Amino acid sequence: MTARNPLPAPSDWSFELIEQYHRVIRETAARFGLDTYPNQLEVITAEQMMDAYASVGMPVNYRHWSYGKEFISTEKNYKRGAMGLAYEIVINSNPCISYLMEENTMAMQALVIAHAAYGHNSFFKGNYLFRMWTDAGSIIDYLVYAKNYVAECEERHGLDAVEALLDSCHALANHGVDRYRRPSRKSLAQELAERKDREQHAQLQVNDLWRTLPKRTEKNGGAPETKRFPDEPQENILYFIEKNAPLLEPWQREIVRIVRKVAQYFYPQRQTQVMNEGWATFWHHRLLNTMYDDGHLTDGVMIEWLKSHTNVVYQPQVGDRGYSGLNPYALGFAMYTDIQRICEKPTEEDRAWFPNLAGTPWLPALDHAMRNFKDESFIGQYLSPKLMRELRLFAIVDDENDEELEVSAIHDDAGYRRVRESLARQYDLGSREPNIQVWNVNLRGDRSLTLRHTQHNSRPLAEGVQEVLKHVARLWGFGVHLESVDVDGDPTQRWAVEPPPSLER
Amino acid sequence: MLQSIIDRRLSGKNKSIGNRERFLRRYKVQIREAVKRAIDGRSIRDIERAEDVTIPKKDISEPVFRHGSGGTREMVHPGNKEYVRGDRIERPKGGQGGKGKGKASDSGEGEDDFTFTLTKEEFMQVFFEDLALPHLVRTQLAEVPEWRSQRAGYTSDGTATNLHVVRSMRGAIGRRIAIGADSRRQLRELEQELEALLREAPIGDVATRLQIVELESRIAVLRNRVARIPFLDPIDLRFRNRVRVPVPTSKAVMFCLMDISGSMDEGRKDLAKRFFILLYLFLTRHYEKIDIVFIRHHTQAAEVDEQNFFHATETGGTVVSSALVLMEEIVRARYSPSEWNIYGAQASDGDNWHHDSGRCRELLSDKILPLTRYFAYVQVAEEEQNLWQEYAQLVGVARQFAMRKATEVSQIYPVFRDLFKKEGAESRAA
Repeated sequence: MTARNPLPAPSDWSFELIEQYHRVIRETAARFGLDTYPNQLEVITAEQMMDAYASVGMPVNYRHWSYGKEFISTEKNYKRGAMGLAYEIVINSNPCISYLMEENTMAMQALVIAHAAYGHNSFFKGNYLFRMWTDAGSIIDYLVYAKNYVAECEERHGLDAVEALLDSCHALANHGVDRYRRPSRKSLAQELAERKDREQHAQLQVNDLWRTLPKRTEKNGGAPETKRFPDEPQENILYFIEKNAPLLEPWQREIVRIVRKVAQYFYPQRQTQVMNEGWATFWHHRLLNTMYDDGHLTDGVMIEWLKSHTNVVYQPQVGDRGYSGLNPYALGFAMYTDIQRICEKPTEEDRAWFPNLAGTPWLPALDHAMRNFKDESFIGQYLSPKLMRELRLFAIVDDENDEELEVSAIHDDAGYRRVRESLARQYDLGSREPNIQVWNVNLRGDRSLTLRHTQHNSRPLAEGVQEVLKHVARLWGFGVHLESVDVDGDPTQRWAVEPPPSLER
Repeated sequence: MLQSIIDRRLSGKNKSIGNRERFLRRYKVQIREAVKRAIDGRSIRDIERAEDVTIPKKDISEPVFRHGSGGTREMVHPGNKEYVRGDRIERPKGGQGGKGKGKASDSGEGEDDFTFTLTKEEFMQVFFEDLALPHLVRTQLAEVPEWRSQRAGYTSDGTATNLHVVRSMRGAIGRRIAIGADSRRQLRELEQELEALLREAPIGDVATRLQIVELESRIAVLRNRVARIPFLDPIDLRFRNRVRVPVPTSKAVMFCLMDISGSMDEGRKDLAKRFFILLYLFLTRHYEKIDIVFIRHHTQAAEVDEQNFFHATETGGTVVSSALVLMEEIVRARYSPSEWNIYGAQASDGDNWHHDSGRCRELLSDKILPLTRYFAYVQVAEEEQNLWQEYAQLVGVARQFAMRKATEVSQIYPVFRDLFKKEGAESRAA
């Protein structure tokens, strides 16, 4: 097992070298039982990396001006030297595609392969959210389809019409996800085959809903019952629009669906930042160190990747100039490392806090943690008092009715639970993003749509509501209302937009 | 498991170009505005440059539902130094430190406007669009119509005048050595043999005699063969090769004449400037060295630098002929028509002291037009006054004269239409 002649370590990489390193990394990963999709490594230039950046990290995507804007600002920052490009982009697909940037040195390529192709890759394959929400096998095909479909629509209906529609959909993309309901998983082939049927069916449904002539039976049945629509509030606004907006053409419904599907694909990533990055960081650290112990890596390579590793997991303290919240890499890495410590060398405190974890084999414990949680529950479950002390975590309450901020808990016996709960909540998407649902549609009157914002800790909506509502109105085709309600269900603020002029559509 | 590393570096460069096009299209209005400002601010000579365009953040943001500041929230931070539970902290000002009302970190974007660089090509594209240049002209502006012949090694065919004697002879020697080598070696051997026979063989021996005769005849055949190798063969010939490389030709001078009397306001001057820029651009595609002479005039003409030309304001009457006289003087003194291609561009609002207009026409037709390759006049006002009427008499008579009224930028181009047409045809014929 032990090799005493290390891999060559020139600073320039070559394809042969990458192959050699990859082989050793793969063998090392296999010893730890990392289960991954097959890997596909792709070498790209810095410019291509920016391309990929700009289109939300995907190798292919439909065209939209906002991606152009993204590219411009990425490029500007890069050229100015304000930011290094991420060393890697990895795509949750099967095979799992990892990009290696041409400018990287050999040591960095090794780091990227260990981090992305084994760390992230195994997370994509193992974590329950990804398993439930994304179909790694078909995403690339689906994006190719989306790109072609949007391009076709641009040709047929004009750039402006498509752009306006996409703008509106993007404004609601975060509300195009079923947060609690399990999505159906369909392959691209199914999607395509069902498209035709879906168009017809959807139109039928909509027509039925908007039937203006009263049904015959109602004549005899007396006064028509006032039925609410939808029966229950709907959290997935884009889905509701796709299925029920009265005036959308079939192609418009399909584009709404595309945006919704893409948003859904990214939904797990937004919920597992700490876990995902922490996992990948933990494993590159573990794999490369093991390789060093086995005599595969030279001291030079070690020093080089450790330098970037240290930068990646750097956590500025509150009040420092560079502080902008907790660094997910740092927190995640620290937590997985801590879990291993609890398993291998538990203290009395750990035994009290984690009776099921302390003293058990660390690999299965870590694997279990990776598979079955999202950031919120992961922190709620595994953040240990020792780590809270190390990071010196403390919670601050900011109440707008209070002149000052108050420290509600710190890293001491009285505060551990509160700090942990508070931090877990911080990563709950439900509290990070406003809870806005479809509340009612005025079926008999002006057909206006009413959305309802349920306040979380009486936090109001930020500016720009009116602008988003205009986008909703453009999709819905009639007037749109939004009411913001407090804990007691009493509306505290209302917005409304007029129906969009029919010409714009 | 099969490992695969794919080299994507050569494929799919500039994948984002479609997105950039859509971005530029969306912000066309702001971009045109920026280009317009840039044209006002730039010197005619460095019009072809990239330009930074700034778009206000609020125009470019994509709205989404977000949490605003206010309400109650609890945040966990790392790096506690001195606080214990129940401590009260003063609310930090602004969003610094991410504490409390950390609005900046909440939305992930600062308040700066969005700035990006319009490339040289994109900048010119917008400029041309404003001028309503037909596409043909745009490509002509981008094309280099003159050619220069340049040495490029040797070829095996060509005209006799291009024959390279040394090269050809060198080839011939090589060929002769190569082709004759075998025969000469045999010849040498036979001669040595013959010599040996003559030296050693007893005289009068019949057998030896016959051998000598045979050797001599073979030697004669070989000598003959060597002698028949041509001294110079057609395949030895080498000719100097020449290729045509595109180059802008020689020198041109461009005279910008502008009326700066009180009636020329900023808008009119802007029109005039675009008119001059367009002529300048056209000339840069055709000439290596371009001088620009700026002559401004009210009742008197003066040669000035570009800054004073566009930005100084003076008032008073107008005597257009003063500028024409000055132009002619400058041509005679500095720009000999045999060395320089002379172009004239005159912009005015058409207002002139009416006794002067006739003289202007005479000056143009007798003195200036014979010297110039092209003279264009643009009137940046609608009203037709006596200068317009006098000039109108020249249209059609003098081939190199063009005039037009332009009250909007898109009307400037037609002034050049004839010019472009003519030059375009010439360059195709060349």
